[in-house]
Amino acid sequence: MEDVKKATRESYGEALLELGKNNENVVVLDADLASATKTSLFAKQYPDRFFDMGIAEANMIGTAAGLATCNKIPYTSTFAVFAAGRAYDQIRNSICYPNLNVKICATHAGITVGEDGATHQMIEDISLMRTLPNMTVISPSDDVQTKWIIAEISKIKGPVYVRLTRLATPIIYESDQTFEIGKAVQIGEGTDGTVFATGVCVAEAIKAQEILKERGIDIRVVDIHTIKPIDRKIIVKCAKETKKLISIEDHNMIGGLGSAISEVLTDEYPAKLEKIGIKDTFGKSGKAEELMKYFGINYETILEKYR
Amino acid sequence: MEKLDKNELKQMAIKIRKGIIETVYYAQSGHPGGSLSIADILTVLYFREMNINPQDPNWEDRDRLVLSKGHCSPALYSCLAYRGFFSVDELKTFRNINSFLQGHPDKNKIPGVDMTTGSLGQGLSSANGMAIAGKMDKKDYRVYCILGDGEIEEGQIWEAAMASNKYKLDNLCVIIDNNNLQIDGTIEEVMSSYPIDEKFRSFGFEIIKIDGNDIDEIINAFEVAKNVKGKPTCIIAKTIKGKGISYMENQVGWHGKAPNEEQYELAIKELESNK
Repeated sequence: MEDVKKATRESYGEALLELGKNNENVVVLDADLASATKTSLFAKQYPDRFFDMGIAEANMIGTAAGLATCNKIPYTSTFAVFAAGRAYDQIRNSICYPNLNVKICATHAGITVGEDGATHQMIEDISLMRTLPNMTVISPSDDVQTKWIIAEISKIKGPVYVRLTRLATPIIYESDQTFEIGKAVQIGEGTDGTVFATGVCVAEAIKAQEILKERGIDIRVVDIHTIKPIDRKIIVKCAKETKKLISIEDHNMIGGLGSAISEVLTDEYPAKLEKIGIKDTFGKSGKAEELMKYFGINYETILEKYR
Repeated sequence: MEKLDKNELKQMAIKIRKGIIETVYYAQSGHPGGSLSIADILTVLYFREMNINPQDPNWEDRDRLVLSKGHCSPALYSCLAYRGFFSVDELKTFRNINSFLQGHPDKNKIPGVDMTTGSLGQGLSSANGMAIAGKMDKKDYRVYCILGDGEIEEGQIWEAAMASNKYKLDNLCVIIDNNNLQIDGTIEEVMSSYPIDEKFRSFGFEIIKIDGNDIDEIINAFEVAKNVKGKPTCIIAKTIKGKGISYMENQVGWHGKAPNEEQYELAIKELESNK
């Protein structure tokens, strides 16, 4: 893991710019947050394919649906709370039900939004989005993965929700790392435990893994970037091979990554899962790192599981 | 298909109304009132105005229609069936578990349906998307979007109306089915959307006001709309809910109710006597 840090929203903006060059059908819609979601980079380069829909998320999603019926590939962006929350019905009825090729790239997910506080900290989006039929749900963990995902989802025909974040986090992967939608990335071979992590929490899990290693405890980290369809195989494999199962996410513990893993385990290989997440409460203002510690979604909580 | 003339359209509108009544009667479920109020408008669109091909429902250059008030699917399905997108016999399977004719329009299951609708207030946004795509691709197709006068109480309609204006969508024609009734009562009683004309005018639309059950006026309105440049058009069509069936006209109770056998026979008899 390098010391260089970058927020996945930044990676998203750069990836869109590249994608715009390679695919003329890609259009981008934003809701007056282009400078925050980083779609402004695309807007500057491809003004004819960029649509600022104003502070009107429901209409942005519906417009994207109409564009998708005409073979455009819309990437829509706003903060996660306004996408998955405010425009839920439009995502459900105008995009997922007709299975339209719209990508919802929602930035500022989770409590790591920080200072803006609870109204802007979306901790229910994984839950809301993964219950929608036809939807693919992705929560990338670093710059390299985000860039790969943004390009890759243009090749999937159908709705995709990508959960991006504001907090700058470590770059985890080498630039030549390969990924596959629906296939988690296993980091390490340890058998003392598995930490399933997603998004900003993957770097936390890796930090815990390094500290535990010094203490003679060898765990593996599984980066679940695709929450739906989830990698069932790796979950069962790790349940069989490792002594302890932990999940960690910047999301409500109800309905998120931990829930998705539990569903697989109860179906295929009943095992105890120790879930780390937001304990069914709203967030609050503060610095992202302070909030991660406050809500216990950082490496320290993982370490506590080995006390 | 040759465009139907005025008299042929009037005859076709009777067929479409019979189709609506049959559709709802056989299902014993559905929304006859609003379907009957838009029957004349849809008849003109599907049998004269719109450039479409039943043999190639997804033809890229076709005109498109978004029935945002999706519960009036019986009117749309009746038009699509008589226009040859699928067999007229299929109308009798509406809302049946084995049928492709869903309660609300489904673009993936039903040939000729351009957009899936049903949750009110969403159709103008998707119509905007289609119109924007048409402009981007320099295609000359037109996009029609039918809204209810109650439906425009939804806030998303006004978000979308702002966008129709921003992108100067003169290839977009919105039609308001102003039958003045919604489920809980009259528009004024429930949540007045009036004055509809002033609202849409202030949002940048060209306004055309017509009797939406008069074939001549409907034909003329679409001609005028086609020549409006640089801004979207909104046709405010004053209609009668339940139009054509005496006991359903202006009766809010027929918003979402199916006729029984006796009522069905009476309705068919009334429509046939109009020929």
